[in-house]
Amino acid sequence: MVSHSNVAARATGTALVEAIGLTKSVQGPGGQLDILKGVDLAVAPAEAVAILGASGSGKSTLLGLLAGLDLPSGGEVRLLSESLGNLEEDARARLRAGQVGFVFQSFQLLPALTALENVMLSLELGGHPGDARKLALEALERVGLKDRVAHYPSQLSGGEQQRVAVARAFAPNPKVLFADEPTGNLDQVTGEQIIRLLFGLKDELGTALVLVTHDVELASRCDRRLFLRDGVLGTQ
Amino acid sequence: MRVGAFRYSLRSLLREWRAGELQVLALAVVIAVAAVTSVGFFTDRVQRAMLLQATELLGADLAVVSADEISETLSTGATERGLSIARFVTFPSVVLFGDAAQLAELKAVDGGYPLRGRLRVAVEPFGPELEPEGGPGPGEVWAETRLFQQMGFQVGDLLQVGDTELRVTRVLTYEPDRGGDLFQLAPRVMFNLADVPATGLVTPASRVRHQLLVAGDEAAVNDYRSWAADRLAANERIEGVRDARPELRQAIERAEQFLGLAALVAVLLAGGAIAVAARHYSERQSDTSAVMRCLGASRDFVVRVFLLRLLWIAVLSSLAGALAGYGAQTVLTALLGQWFTGGLPGASAWPVFSGLAVGLVTVLGFALPSMLRIGRVPPLRVLRRELGAPPPAMWLVLGLALVTLGVLLLWQAGDARLAGRVLGGAVATGVLLWGVAWAMIWLLKPLRTRGGVALRFGLANLSRRGSLSAVQLSAFGLGIMALLLLALVRVDLLSAWEQNLPEDAPNHFMINVQPEEVEPLRALFESRGLDAPAYYPMVRGRLAYINDRPVNPEDYESARAERLAAREFNLSFGDAPQPDNRIIAGRWWQPGDDLAQWSVEEGLAQTLGIAMGDRLVFRVAGESVEGRVTSLRTVQWDSFNVNFFVLAPPELLAEMPATYITSFRLDAEGDGLLAAAVRQFPSITVLDVRALMEQVRSIMDRATLAVEYVFLFTLLAGVTVLFAAIQATRSVRQRETALLRTLGASRRQVLAGLLSEFLVMGALAGLLAAAGATLIGYVLAAQIFDLPFVVNPWLWIAGIGGGAAGVGFAGWLGARGVLKQPPLFTLRKAA
Repeated sequence: MVSHSNVAARATGTALVEAIGLTKSVQGPGGQLDILKGVDLAVAPAEAVAILGASGSGKSTLLGLLAGLDLPSGGEVRLLSESLGNLEEDARARLRAGQVGFVFQSFQLLPALTALENVMLSLELGGHPGDARKLALEALERVGLKDRVAHYPSQLSGGEQQRVAVARAFAPNPKVLFADEPTGNLDQVTGEQIIRLLFGLKDELGTALVLVTHDVELASRCDRRLFLRDGVLGTQ
Repeated sequence: MRVGAFRYSLRSLLREWRAGELQVLALAVVIAVAAVTSVGFFTDRVQRAMLLQATELLGADLAVVSADEISETLSTGATERGLSIARFVTFPSVVLFGDAAQLAELKAVDGGYPLRGRLRVAVEPFGPELEPEGGPGPGEVWAETRLFQQMGFQVGDLLQVGDTELRVTRVLTYEPDRGGDLFQLAPRVMFNLADVPATGLVTPASRVRHQLLVAGDEAAVNDYRSWAADRLAANERIEGVRDARPELRQAIERAEQFLGLAALVAVLLAGGAIAVAARHYSERQSDTSAVMRCLGASRDFVVRVFLLRLLWIAVLSSLAGALAGYGAQTVLTALLGQWFTGGLPGASAWPVFSGLAVGLVTVLGFALPSMLRIGRVPPLRVLRRELGAPPPAMWLVLGLALVTLGVLLLWQAGDARLAGRVLGGAVATGVLLWGVAWAMIWLLKPLRTRGGVALRFGLANLSRRGSLSAVQLSAFGLGIMALLLLALVRVDLLSAWEQNLPEDAPNHFMINVQPEEVEPLRALFESRGLDAPAYYPMVRGRLAYINDRPVNPEDYESARAERLAAREFNLSFGDAPQPDNRIIAGRWWQPGDDLAQWSVEEGLAQTLGIAMGDRLVFRVAGESVEGRVTSLRTVQWDSFNVNFFVLAPPELLAEMPATYITSFRLDAEGDGLLAAAVRQFPSITVLDVRALMEQVRSIMDRATLAVEYVFLFTLLAGVTVLFAAIQATRSVRQRETALLRTLGASRRQVLAGLLSEFLVMGALAGLLAAAGATLIGYVLAAQIFDLPFVVNPWLWIAGIGGGAAGVGFAGWLGARGVLKQPPLFTLRKAA
């Protein structure tokens, strides 16, 4: 399944995230810089795909394109069966709401909101305004932060903040989760805890995971590992 | 979007507030609204007083006013319609008690007065007030408390009024139709109309105001009004409730406009603080916007959340500002309210609404571009921190701020032309101030290599944030300059004017001198070893025609022209002009000339549209006197010599009823002479220029205090600009401070660095203000008032010292938090 899911998912039309001939170029001081040179990728439901690469290889750029945070220079991205190229930015945001989760290296919690409110926000935006509080409390309980719900991000340690981020990502029960170096800002022990939490929840809820990292060990936990080198995605 | 932006914005408001990001913005709104509403509440109370007391201000429903006795026809016309009537006359005269002589505003009333409102009196000065049925009876006189104090008499004493003596029976504490003693320089003395003949004070040539009061059923009053309008003599006019005390209304309107515009300076500065705070806020909220977009929020939703949050802040802080404004207006009322006898009624709620409107307009006008920018933060920022929304275009920020200022000015001035001029002036002043401030900061650059670490660090901070520093400098400079102008330059100009008066300038005027009294008065002066002053004849006449055009006050646009056209002139005649007069057109009459000529003062000619060669017809004592304008003169009015707008050859007016006027200098030892003169000739009126100037000065002092008070809001608004700037630079400051501490700088050194930055900024603002105030003082003195200009060192000392101390303290207050954080915490956060 691991090595064939790419083809299988595309063949059966079940891919949640799909990239076809994706390119991305930017204008640098020395002329045009091609970051991605034709990337193909398909992620099946509940599949975990790791994208590895050196710093500056374009991993985060690819993640941003797959999640619809940015538009490619060429090629196509299909997210949850919708071609992102045809959608306005707001329509892409609507598509993400409640169906796509994120975990970032820098946590990206809103500083003015408590842990509970941060989790509630994603539920409310994701279409659960009525039971947001209840679901958020459950999510925080799952990540072991039941006693810290009223704390602000600045009152939490890095590990705790990332756990809130994980709770926020999984609370609306998304179909896809994008994670960008989720352990990059954490020490090894804390990072390990976060990874366990992330994969545990992913398996429990059957969420597809696209994980960007340069940590080979972390990537080994995924169903598939792809390497981004010179703008091209490969298996080695 | 499944969750409502409205609900979400409201819920997140408290959290945002606690995070401290919006507090400076809110403070700026509070100060702006407080400035506007303090003036608003005060003028509202005054207007309500005018409205509530409208009939009282007249003492009737309608009044016929005249410089001559009012015809019987007009009073019988009123009684025939079942209306009640009352009469009174007012005129200035000197009253005597022992050796004390005092100019007073005499008012002789009949039994019917007042028809509306009640008089209030006390049995002794400062005693409890009573409301008598009518005015004083025959043989009685009532006087204001200050006259009791000035002259030293008591209830029961006899006061000499003209040729007769009247017994003081009451202290007059309130007169409904007086409105306020703003324009009443002399204290009031009230007695019965029946005693007027015995005083001998009212002669055909004396300046008396007669009033016939009418009150009753509304329809009958209206009927009477139209009936009487056709029967008015040239000197008579009707005053209704709405047009009562036009000078008071005009003064209040002007005060309202001026204080309102002064308050807008604070709003403008607060707007600057709001713009700086909003921009900083929008930058700080870029991450929030990106994360929200990432989690599925539309741009529209994000913008709505931030705009609504801004509106909540605007509404809540405007309400707080209105509350503060209500508190602040009590000070204005204390300063100016005593001009309104009988106290002021409570304020209405209207200023709250206008304050709310000002708050909302200011916030939107100055913060909108930054808030809209938040929606343009790309969601990709969650992955790439360097991405952000481009800052709002300068033309949009400045354009919207200008439009906002224009709208506020138009609302406050109520006149597009005035608003346009003030806007133009404000923009020019702003650009000029900003330019000079920027140049000052630029000039500081070379100093960065000198002085201690702390000073260098402070100066570096100032010049690195050149534009922001220039905005702050201009804000403080403007506020300090306004205060310097009001507190120091005004006093300088006044004393320069006083010093500029010749040593021997007359300080007394004597008017209402009858022709037969001239010689005995001369003798009286000479008997005391004093030079007898020159006496000039004065004939009262109304300008009836300029060429063939009848002169109607309504035909003139300017208030001054209207007033001049309505009043009676004091005409005079003589063979030679006064020494301080200069003929600027035509020539003075020579022996053998045609006798029908006038010489007109140039300013009057300009105001009323009179040209050389025009034929002027004056109505004097029922007769027409006609002549051509053969010369125009300039007159030095502040010489305190006797001068006239219109002069004629003696032959033209010699037969007309005249009184005489003179001015002379009399120092303290001569006071006995005046008492003797008034005792001997009771109908003459002596005006003491010193006392009048004292009165004018005390009125000006209070008015200035009120304006200064409003300008304090400007300084407070300047402080919010400083706070906003400190907030915007807080994280950079924190990082720098942490670095400096890590590198071994002591807390003291860091604090000295911060302090030196604010002290230098305050001193520069003071320098800017002192320079500006000196320049304005110079222009006023040399170009406008033609006075010698003296540089006042205190202007510079107070400006620079006060600026450094004030801004230094405010800056320390705003930035001291930077020192509280341990360096490690800050550095870790920045990592």
